[in-house]
Amino acid sequence: MADLDYRELGLRVGIEIHQRLATREKLFCHCPPLMRHDEPHLWVRRRLRVSYSELGSIDPAARFETLRARVFEYGAYSDSTCEVELDEAPPLPLNLEALEVSIEVALMLNMDVVDEVHVMRKIVVDGSNTTGFQRTALVALGGEKSAIETSEGEVRLSTLCLEEESAYIVETTPQGARYRLDRLGIPLIELATGADIRSPDQAKEAALKLGRILRATGRVQRGIGSIRQDLNVSIEGGARQEIKGVQELDLISEVVRREALRQVNLLRIRDEMRSRGLSPSSFESAETLDVTEHLSGSKSKLVRRSLSRGSKALLLKLPGMGGLLGREVQPNRRFGTELSDYAKVFGGVAGILHSDELPGYGITEQELSYLYREAGLDRSDAFVLVLASGEKAKLALDAVRRRVMQAALGVPEETRRALPDGNTAFMRPLPGSARMYPETDVLPVVTGPLVRKILARGLPEMPDRVISRLVTHYGLTEDLANMLLDDGRIAQFERVASEISGLSPRFIASTLTSTLRGLAGEGVAVHRIPDSALETTLRLVAEGRLAKEAIPNVFRKLAENPELDPSDLAASLTMSEEELDEIIRRVLYEEREVVQRVGMRAFGRLMGRVMSVVRGRVDGSVVSRKLRAAMEEMMGGQK
Amino acid sequence: MNLSYSGRARELLESAGAKDYDLLRVTAGRRIYEGILMPRPEILDDLHVVLKMSNGYNVGIDVEKISSVEVLGRARPPERPSPPRVSPREGLPSVPIVVTGGTIASRVDYSTGAVKPTETPEELIDLIPEIAELANVSYVPLMAKLSEDIRPEEWGRIAKKVAEEFNSGASGVVVAHGTDTMHYTASALAFMLEGLTGPVVLVGSQRSIDRPSTDAVLNVTAAVRVAAEGPMAESVIVMHGSTSDDFAWVIRGVRARKMHTSRRDAFMSVNEAPLARVTEKSIEILNPRFRRRPSEPTEVVARVEIEPRVALVHSWPGIERDLLEAVVSSGYRGIVMAGTGLGHVPNRIVDEIGEIVDSGIPVVVTSQCLFGRVDLKVYATGRRMLQAGVIPAADTLPEVATVKLMVALGRGMEGEDLRRFMTTSQVGELTETISPSAYPPCFSGGARGG
Ligand SMILES: [Zn+2]
Repeated sequence: MADLDYRELGLRVGIEIHQRLATREKLFCHCPPLMRHDEPHLWVRRRLRVSYSELGSIDPAARFETLRARVFEYGAYSDSTCEVELDEAPPLPLNLEALEVSIEVALMLNMDVVDEVHVMRKIVVDGSNTTGFQRTALVALGGEKSAIETSEGEVRLSTLCLEEESAYIVETTPQGARYRLDRLGIPLIELATGADIRSPDQAKEAALKLGRILRATGRVQRGIGSIRQDLNVSIEGGARQEIKGVQELDLISEVVRREALRQVNLLRIRDEMRSRGLSPSSFESAETLDVTEHLSGSKSKLVRRSLSRGSKALLLKLPGMGGLLGREVQPNRRFGTELSDYAKVFGGVAGILHSDELPGYGITEQELSYLYREAGLDRSDAFVLVLASGEKAKLALDAVRRRVMQAALGVPEETRRALPDGNTAFMRPLPGSARMYPETDVLPVVTGPLVRKILARGLPEMPDRVISRLVTHYGLTEDLANMLLDDGRIAQFERVASEISGLSPRFIASTLTSTLRGLAGEGVAVHRIPDSALETTLRLVAEGRLAKEAIPNVFRKLAENPELDPSDLAASLTMSEEELDEIIRRVLYEEREVVQRVGMRAFGRLMGRVMSVVRGRVDGSVVSRKLRAAMEEMMGGQK
Repeated sequence: MNLSYSGRARELLESAGAKDYDLLRVTAGRRIYEGILMPRPEILDDLHVVLKMSNGYNVGIDVEKISSVEVLGRARPPERPSPPRVSPREGLPSVPIVVTGGTIASRVDYSTGAVKPTETPEELIDLIPEIAELANVSYVPLMAKLSEDIRPEEWGRIAKKVAEEFNSGASGVVVAHGTDTMHYTASALAFMLEGLTGPVVLVGSQRSIDRPSTDAVLNVTAAVRVAAEGPMAESVIVMHGSTSDDFAWVIRGVRARKMHTSRRDAFMSVNEAPLARVTEKSIEILNPRFRRRPSEPTEVVARVEIEPRVALVHSWPGIERDLLEAVVSSGYRGIVMAGTGLGHVPNRIVDEIGEIVDSGIPVVVTSQCLFGRVDLKVYATGRRMLQAGVIPAADTLPEVATVKLMVALGRGMEGEDLRRFMTTSQVGELTETISPSAYPPCFSGGARGG
């Protein structure tokens, strides 16, 4: 995909980083901030409600969720969640440890810490909070000096908030969603930049820098989902999009690139609509036609199957729109896909069929012509077809109609979801801003004493200082030091390096980074391995009770069963000296002719044979020493 | 508008002419804050000024750092888009909602964050449209009180209003009430209202109605359904039956007790099964032993005489005679003891109790166990208490016995009349037999949620 000229387009991007904190307790209760992997102990069913008229003018997002009257199920754990997560008891006072970490980050970024922090309720009715609101507090504001440097200029920080993490979504359907409560209430820093970013690569660079500053505190969680980026993207003449949940850093620039492209293409569609004389009012009363009868004898399996299940076939006429629904807005996403998103979200239908992709899906050219004729349309027009129950189909087509009206104006403001390829899909309308009110159950906290305590202790080192210290003090390469920082393992590395003698710092660092990353790449759930088990494993290696080569296998087993004791694994994974001697003897015997012929030059060949049997269970240097001695003995014996 | 600040912050704001909810510009150090001045609760210090900024967040600014305060605009009345008018529908029963206060009758104004009382049935229907399908709902604001502030004298006002509504054709009456003392009011209405022609349904919420997760939606819907079509003609409490939003219990008012400080399913039926459970679609009768709606319309009478000076005294290992002496000398005219176990108090205060009874102050005995009956014949202490003249109230709950004694004394009863009144069931508050399935509480499954 050729890059656009982003300066020319007036691209503006802001980033919001959400980072979970590694505190001892959750933000508003004493429960541990632990993610679980087992089935919850009990499930509770709830609904959320907001009054229609109140939100009608204030918050389209909340209204839209409410209208769906969904049922939410929450899975609770009797030993690690409490009445607070279940919204059955008032929140406890704000966790001061979490506030302290937030203030630390704010001060590292030269932000102004507010004098008294007030916890607010931010209405969120997608079910991700049992209360129907997220508790959030503004901790610091950006000032003139709060900025990070990137290769393409400064990026200013605007706000730092401390909030509670939402519940973990297990599954979602149009009728409701299931969530687990283990994640709800884990402290989270939300760090937002201004819309200062001007290019896709700068967005990634800024996110990387901010992530490293957060990790430099040594007090943030690591692993999948512990850091997420939301992006605000707009171009000149386009509209602000809030893109949620970009979990991988590498995807950031691609998401920005493709979003800019989408807005460019949507503006082209608008221009084309204008040149065809179309405006929102052209679709104000766009007609819907019931074509169930017309399609009853369709050749399309898709159509026949739906109709046989009692679905209706409804057709929305889009006069003058011929060819525009098939226009690509992002690689492999057409304008028709945007319409389909609306139909799915608002109507709960599986999808739509539109005239620009027909004939297709088994619908023949003949049927297509028939539909055009029956609808009184010609090929300069378009239509959208939905197969669903009457009520759903109507909701879906009405949403499609409204989206087409917006297309005549330009780009609608939306909350969108990042897809794995960097495209985005519609989630919900962009929420209005006035949906916060005070959390009266939590008292405000005066920050002065905490700020003074942090300043007296000294701020954590900034990432570049950390890296240079690791390089000079431990002799690590810069790459290795950065990996430790990115993986959130600096504190652990320094602890292991000082406590365990006999291992080189480089080896410790690469075990904690490259080895784990490699295993993660194979799909091993390394995030499940407790820190203590990683450290015990390294200690066993230092004590000579475990071969270095055995480490990946130990980690694999620990990922499968985090309860295991690495010492027990070491015993089963380590080969005794007698066993090794026996294998060396056998290989020497089988290869005796080669050894006799070429002498020590056969060492490599024999080493390979022995290692193929013992790899992962004995240290290669031990094998090498023993094999060499045995070969020398054999050859010596011949003399 | 007024200014809720005190001390230093007040001086500063007053000198700038600022009032609560005004739009201010505050300069503090190198920062300039703009936002709406939020009221400051009394329990907080007088050293911070709180602004709600345009991004929705509140921040507190240290008065020490403030160099200037400027009023940019005056408070605007809260935006209150008027909800659609609801016109009565023919064929639906009429259900008035008598509002006494509590969190069920409030809504939030997001522009300021203030929580305000609701004023019309439309506002309630706007949030809970389901109720308009069940009944023609009207709104009767009577008082706006936290339930802990409702005095015994006010039960009569509620009873009279409820009787008036029945006598003007209500099918049932809903009473919106704070939850803390809801079971006291429910008991009082049970004793005061005679000839009920339908249910009096007390309802409240444990999560206030300004929250999306409010339990009021289910509770109010169920309460209106019971008032509209429930077969019982008694004072009942209708509240969540489990931690899920799936059903509500109908609990006889004189059998209800709040057993949890904050859970949705805090109310339990003690010593008998709940009368019914109400789901989204129906009322399912669980315990048919209730007074039914009469076939002929009758006049509902409120007998509101009450003697508020009745003390509820909890017995505990450290209780001494002086406590009882203090109660009597403070002018209390009756005492309900919540004894230990079968209803006991320490032997050392039994003589004192005898003297109190002899002086004409009735002493009624209940048990702080709540579940089970008082029995003073089993052990020597109990027998001494009987000799001292106490009135054992069987399985009547301590709170209910307290209300009942207030009513008895209010009606001028004494001696044997009063003893007979207190030891026989008037409205189902006392039973001869307790079903084995009435304990353990929680009525398995439901109340445990899931
Ligand atoms: Zn908890």
